[in-house]
Amino acid sequence: MSTAAATSVRRGRRRRLDASLIVGIALVGVIIIGAILVASVGRNFFSAGNIRDILTGMSVLGFVAIGQTLVILCASLDLSVPYVISLSSLIAADLMAGNPANIPFAVLVVVIVAGLIGLANGLIVTKLKVNGFIATLGTGLIIKGYLDSNYKGTSGEVPWEFQLIGATGVGPVPVSTLIMLAVAVLGAFFLARTRVGNHMFAVGGNEQVARLSGIRTARPIIVAHVLCSITAAFAGLLLASRLGVGSPTVGIQGGYDLLSIAAVVLGGTLLMGGRGSIWGTIGGVAIFAVVDNVMSVMQVNPFLKDVVRGVVIVAAVAVYTSRSLDRRRPRFGTGSAAPDTPADRSAPPPAVAHEKEASA
Amino acid sequence: MTAVTTQQPSVGQRLAGFGRTLISPRGAVFLLLIVLLIAITLLNPSFAEPSQFIRFIQRVAPVAIVAIGQYFVIVGGEFDLSMGSVVTAQVVIAGNLIGQDESKSLPVLLFMLVFGAFIGLVNGLIVTMLKVPSFIATLGMMLALLGATLYWTGGAATGNPADGFREIGRGGIRDLPVIDILPWSVVVLVVVLVIAIWFARRPFGRTIIALGDNPTTARFSGTRNWWVKTSTFMISSLSATVAGVLLVGYAGVHPSVGRGYEFTAITAVVLGGVVLGGGRGWVVAAAAGAFALEALFTLLNFAGVPSTYRDAVQGAIIILAVAYSATTLRARRKGRALEAPAPLISPDPSSGPSTETSPAPAEEQDAAASARPAPIPSTQRADNETKGGS
Repeated sequence: MSTAAATSVRRGRRRRLDASLIVGIALVGVIIIGAILVASVGRNFFSAGNIRDILTGMSVLGFVAIGQTLVILCASLDLSVPYVISLSSLIAADLMAGNPANIPFAVLVVVIVAGLIGLANGLIVTKLKVNGFIATLGTGLIIKGYLDSNYKGTSGEVPWEFQLIGATGVGPVPVSTLIMLAVAVLGAFFLARTRVGNHMFAVGGNEQVARLSGIRTARPIIVAHVLCSITAAFAGLLLASRLGVGSPTVGIQGGYDLLSIAAVVLGGTLLMGGRGSIWGTIGGVAIFAVVDNVMSVMQVNPFLKDVVRGVVIVAAVAVYTSRSLDRRRPRFGTGSAAPDTPADRSAPPPAVAHEKEASA
Repeated sequence: MTAVTTQQPSVGQRLAGFGRTLISPRGAVFLLLIVLLIAITLLNPSFAEPSQFIRFIQRVAPVAIVAIGQYFVIVGGEFDLSMGSVVTAQVVIAGNLIGQDESKSLPVLLFMLVFGAFIGLVNGLIVTMLKVPSFIATLGMMLALLGATLYWTGGAATGNPADGFREIGRGGIRDLPVIDILPWSVVVLVVVLVIAIWFARRPFGRTIIALGDNPTTARFSGTRNWWVKTSTFMISSLSATVAGVLLVGYAGVHPSVGRGYEFTAITAVVLGGVVLGGGRGWVVAAAAGAFALEALFTLLNFAGVPSTYRDAVQGAIIILAVAYSATTLRARRKGRALEAPAPLISPDPSSGPSTETSPAPAEEQDAAASARPAPIPSTQRADNETKGGS
């Protein structure tokens, strides 16, 4: 049991490195093309101001996409994130009410509320056996109904001290991006080193096998949904700090639900779950940010931006899947040795039965 | 697995079977629809009048047609998120290309159908040839198509097709005895539904379901997977085109027409008991899901619920409906393999993989697993999870 877990972790790490590598190559390619395009209109892509713009553009989507990665790893989806973002920006702005002393309390409340929403999502997915797509679509609609009924427009006021988070930076790197990267480090650590994190890969890869191997399959999925809602709440807090007020439409306008899913898939995470990495996702978010930035600098028509975005998403994922198709094979054998496979296949059932009997 | 022997159909059993079908996931949507319609009638008795009721059907027609198209994609194991954008694009095309010239109606209609089929073909080829998950491929198509449409119109409402063309969505056969008017949309809906039922019963339609259930088996049994899958996307885009034609007359030309239709359609299909991930579902139930959804909105209107709460109620209903069908489906999943659905749940409804009470069910599973090693995980997996592609 423990050796099996260890090998799967080792194999997982190698695979994740591969995936991140491809995303990294794609990112470098996008940056080179972008730099050439930007240079063609006589601007400098690598100027401090431009890099700050790109990194700022990464931070909000980055938060959402980190959480979305965890959920997608568990073979679920979270479509409720835009509404969680709007709700947390409103709660934060209302509770702060312009007074810096209220900041910790407001942040705490926002995280708790988001955590409860995520808990509800996770419980609906695991206990009621509702597909994640439908469950989170439903909770998203419920939150939307609440927002539409109780808020007519922007609300609350964010104190200056909190606005600094969205406004200041260390050199060309904004503080918000640093926080986002810190969360990414935590997320990557969580996936690689903790038990629940490892179980996420197992449950996402094959829930039945995970269950038969003695994993409580509900827990990783619930944890993933809770963490996803909390990172979405961070994104909402960041948007509130940038806008200075809470807004009921800020999440929907950004289209964060579908864009975050696209970024996660762009980062090499399988939509079917079980495979992927936080760093790949950050790479996917960076690709989006660079493409957006290049289009802004070149003053592309805002409607055409959507066309380009759509084409880039499809093209990038197409390139990625065609490359990773042959990498899919090793999953069915153990490591390199093909003759292992039949022995491997016949071995588990008795072992599982033993475990069952032992546990019963 | 012991219950195969208990199969003597008596009248009582048949009645019980019918009742069970009605509360089963497959029939639940019809029960829901009936309950909703009765509730509406209680609140507003004039709703039951034939002329009012036919108006209701007219209002549902575009959503139902889109849901029928989405059904084929979902039952084949994929998603089509681009439908809303296709509707928008077709509405704008009709508005701009037809103009006030009646004689252009037919050529433009043909062009719209070709365009719809082309969009579906592109979606399908991206999914099958480039192996992009359909969620992503159609999401990209949704962004690109909507962006292109808005770029073309400048984001404003432009163009107004000739009245003759708008009659399709707006007019109907007038001066009929009972129902007063038979809207063309209702006729179109009935035609589409009949074609869809016929198509779903054809070998090709059954192949789609087989493909959604297990692509590997479908391939080994000689299916050209890429072509079947591509054709489902073409069907869905064509149905979005038809819905667009109806909406031009009913709602007018505006770039916001059709927005959100993809999620409405998916919701309707799922309400109809069709399993996301493919392989299970009935096209009539999908259409009934669209009716139930629209009836729910009508009920909320009549009940005086503020329109802002509509979304919240819709969300709650979706979750409850799917939770109901998912939990019921789990209980009888074992029966499906033996093709004896109804009476089979009696012996051990709780012996699914979730409960680890005694070693006996585990052994039973092991026996099944050793008999057929490969298909078991994949068929079980298909029930609860979103299959993105390939």
